[in-house]
Amino acid sequence: MKIAKKFMALSLAAVMAGSCLTACGDSSSSKDGGSSDGTIVIGGSGPLTGGAAQYGVGVKNAAQLAVDEINEAGGVNGVKLKLVFEDDEADPGDKAVNAYNALKDKGMQVMLGTVTTGSCLAVIDKTKQDNIFQITPSASAQDVIKNDNTFQVCFTDPNQGKASADYIAENNVAKKIAIIYDNSDAYSSGIYNTFKSEAAEKGLEIVAEQSFTKDSKTDFSAQITAAKSAGAELLFLPIYYQEASLILAQCKSADFSPKFFGCDGLDGILGVENFDKSLAEGVMLLTPFAADASDDATQKFVKAYKEKYNNEIPNQFAADAYDGVKIIAKLIEKEGIKADMSASDICDKLKKAISDGFSYDGLTGQGMTWSAEGAVSKNPKAVVIKDGNYSAL
Amino acid sequence: MIKYILSYGRMFCMAFLDYLINGISLGSIYAVIALGYTLVYGIAKMLNFAHGDVIMVGGYAVFTAMVTWGWSSWLAMLFAIVVCTVLGITIEKVAYKPLRKASSLSVLITAIGVSYFLQNMALLIFKEKPKVFTSVVNIPKISLFDGKIVIKGETTAAILVSIVIVVGLSLFINHTQKGRAMLAVSEDKDAAQLMGINVNSTISLTFAIGSGLAAVAGMLLCSSYPTLTNTTGAMPGIKAFVAAVFGGIGSIPGAMIGGILIGVIEILGRAYISPQLADAMVFAVLILVLMIKPTGILGKKVNEKV
Amino acid sequence: MKKKLNPQTRKSFITYGLLLIVFIAVEILLKTGSISSMLQGLLVPICVYSILAVSLNLTVGILGELSLGQAGFMCVGAYASAIFSNLVKDSITQPVLRFTLAIFIGGIVAAIFGILIGIPVLRLRGDYLAIVTLAFGEIIKNVFAALYIGYDSAGLHISLKSQGDLGLKPDGKMIINGALGIGGTPNDSTFEIAFVILFISVIIIYNFIHSRTGRAVMSIRDNRIAAESVGLNITKYKLITFALTAFLAGVAGVLYSHNFYSLQASKFDYNLSILVLVFVVLGGIGNIRGSIIAAAVLTLLPELLRSINNYRMLFYAVILIVMMICTSNETIRTFFIRNFQKLKGLIIKNKSGSETVKEAE
Repeated sequence: MKIAKKFMALSLAAVMAGSCLTACGDSSSSKDGGSSDGTIVIGGSGPLTGGAAQYGVGVKNAAQLAVDEINEAGGVNGVKLKLVFEDDEADPGDKAVNAYNALKDKGMQVMLGTVTTGSCLAVIDKTKQDNIFQITPSASAQDVIKNDNTFQVCFTDPNQGKASADYIAENNVAKKIAIIYDNSDAYSSGIYNTFKSEAAEKGLEIVAEQSFTKDSKTDFSAQITAAKSAGAELLFLPIYYQEASLILAQCKSADFSPKFFGCDGLDGILGVENFDKSLAEGVMLLTPFAADASDDATQKFVKAYKEKYNNEIPNQFAADAYDGVKIIAKLIEKEGIKADMSASDICDKLKKAISDGFSYDGLTGQGMTWSAEGAVSKNPKAVVIKDGNYSAL
Repeated sequence: MIKYILSYGRMFCMAFLDYLINGISLGSIYAVIALGYTLVYGIAKMLNFAHGDVIMVGGYAVFTAMVTWGWSSWLAMLFAIVVCTVLGITIEKVAYKPLRKASSLSVLITAIGVSYFLQNMALLIFKEKPKVFTSVVNIPKISLFDGKIVIKGETTAAILVSIVIVVGLSLFINHTQKGRAMLAVSEDKDAAQLMGINVNSTISLTFAIGSGLAAVAGMLLCSSYPTLTNTTGAMPGIKAFVAAVFGGIGSIPGAMIGGILIGVIEILGRAYISPQLADAMVFAVLILVLMIKPTGILGKKVNEKV
Repeated sequence: MKKKLNPQTRKSFITYGLLLIVFIAVEILLKTGSISSMLQGLLVPICVYSILAVSLNLTVGILGELSLGQAGFMCVGAYASAIFSNLVKDSITQPVLRFTLAIFIGGIVAAIFGILIGIPVLRLRGDYLAIVTLAFGEIIKNVFAALYIGYDSAGLHISLKSQGDLGLKPDGKMIINGALGIGGTPNDSTFEIAFVILFISVIIIYNFIHSRTGRAVMSIRDNRIAAESVGLNITKYKLITFALTAFLAGVAGVLYSHNFYSLQASKFDYNLSILVLVFVVLGGIGNIRGSIIAAAVLTLLPELLRSINNYRMLFYAVILIVMMICTSNETIRTFFIRNFQKLKGLIIKNKSGSETVKEAE
């Protein structure tokens, strides 16, 4: 028996060693970050497998779409872009770093990612160390942009929490508020923390604060009962749409019908296959992107995305990623980046350029500008779901 | 003052009753999943970690039949049971049968491999976006105390189905020839073989029943909590495994009791103590129970031979 | 005349030798720069997972109990040392000294947890023990994920609810920020340190197995009642093994937390414990060298499968199942053994056939 195991181990080890060497071979050609075939390589990282795959795949698809569009139009200053995308499984540790290293081996010069906050926190200091320009479509925690080479396309969590509380107070939407948030998720607890302090300042009364965790996100009956018996007029949901769809359904069956208010994580709820849209009637959310907005850019993007990806409706993650690639392309164009420049040189130029009078009109906001800290300034749009569609408030 | 206390007391009781009903509803679903675990463990002596993912397959089967193909809910349910049963038997034949004589740990690892396989297969076939499940339950909801407490149709269904399954399974095992063969195999595989029982087909039958139960559990789970992704079954699977151990692994009524207790503790803990620590509490109670009764609530005490 | 080493010692020296050869080979590759960033990034994790696997092998292989709480001990070690390093990173600037202290703190705190958990848990047996260790691991993970700790001029603030509940003064600093975990831990782990620790762990484990205590533990595994009847203190020996396992898992946690800039509790879920168990079972229960090989191979595998994109994890699952069946199934095993013997016979012609047969058993 031992011999059999040895045999297995040895043969596997041999295979491994072989593939390691080929991997080394690949890397040596692109060690300096410049690519050999004359393209600028954008590296993307996000979860493509596991429970968070829905967020990563949208980003990957939209980023690919943007790159293809740019290349079809002749590239940036005649230079083509190339997207490589690696799976980080939304892991907050070694797997995120592995994905990042794999991207480096493939000659990444600019990074688009990562998709989730946890993974992003694990790689920001690596990109800082290697001096690679990083722009994340959707990792929204404040800590993500603590280094000077990292920028966000999405809002920072504190901004969203504050904007939500302000909106509710200024428009007199409700006085008694209950919150249900995901305590194990950095995005959700980030918004919750700022919402709470801003609400106190604006004189809103928080009657119930309920949370859930990644491991128990199907049954919300206890949280809903608590909110109901506390007499909440409004339920604030700084969470993602999958859980929100469950909360909406469970509120209905518990005969609890407060007003619902959410953040950009709720966007996409109408695109869930087989979702009963009447449940979401009257839900308000602050989001930078709505797939059925009437402006030309959004409609063009949604049409192209649907054509390319099996009629799927893009969500806000996809829109942020699309913008992210376009922002990178515009910066590259502005700075005259060449394909043979090293990642570090590109980073030095781009990070100066993005906060220096650069502005971008995209799907997720008009006239977006960046501070040197890395946060984006754009105004969230308040939208309400009416007759199964988003409409501006 | 007294009036105030009374009204407060009534509100408290109502809320408590509501939590309790929700807990029993969640617990009944755990119970059905735990039955599958306990059955397979009792007879094949292996922890089938892929059980939770068979639930997910059941959910997708119903979804495909009802939403994509437009079948009626009864036909869809039947379809899901058939799919899961076939899947269960296939998994057993391909992955577990070659390891019949290997240590139980090897089989455990293989089961984990099967679990990864099913999850990633589902990801490739059904894509990453969550799907909303259409409830297969068609029971009207019950309103009590002028609508202060609402019992959903899904809750009634979950409780009824779990009771029917426990009674049916107990009758089957204790009073039919096939069932007794299962009992014999669980006691002693070699002796059972000598007595002319076909051990392989008995184990296959066990997997078939276990996977059929997983399909039922998948329907109940997805009807009550209508969202479906490739990891839908993972966490309920683990919780149900805890429930099976809690009640005494291998015992059918134990799985039922364990499931319901876990569900109730989870909901009450979330409501009254801390939502963050509700999962931790479930596990803490499990540890306490096992400290007092090391083989679970209804577990058999095994005497050691020298 | 060559003195014949006893077989156990020979076995352990082969392992040491192999480890050293691999180390030197990797160092040469590193120095010549002919190693990809990905492999370079994987070196410390491979050492971490190897330490986890060999230490779990103590509990599973030598003590014969199934433990699924390895991630929990790792979590304790990682958090304890990360808190320590964050607190002293301004006062102790010597990385080696700071890291040595961190390793001992992480290991010892984890060992204390091991003993505290071990006292109640080790009364149980088999799958019940497995589920209770899994439960403890999950409790540890959940508590750390809900924990907020900060300090300011008024001292330490601890909360299990939210950041706002801490009531920190404006000059205060967060140490543990709930689900966001700990950030800014100094990156003191290097491949060399990680390797040295792995090497020391292996030495400790081999010596433990071949010591009086180790033999006592194995006798408990093989026949508990007989061991008890000759006067062995079962609880004591079990606790020693369990604490040593926890200590080494804690040290692995220290290496892990000092290799990345951020540390989040969600990493340490039951899936990690199961993964480590997979290493142990696949490498061979009780086989230290096998554990290391399995840990290295299975950590590399998903990364090397990256080129097949969407099918990566599916392939990983298939390979896992196939490897398990190949190493554990009677028929397939004999097939391998027969061919391996033929191969061996071709290479070593002067050895007598009987010896190879004896080894095959």
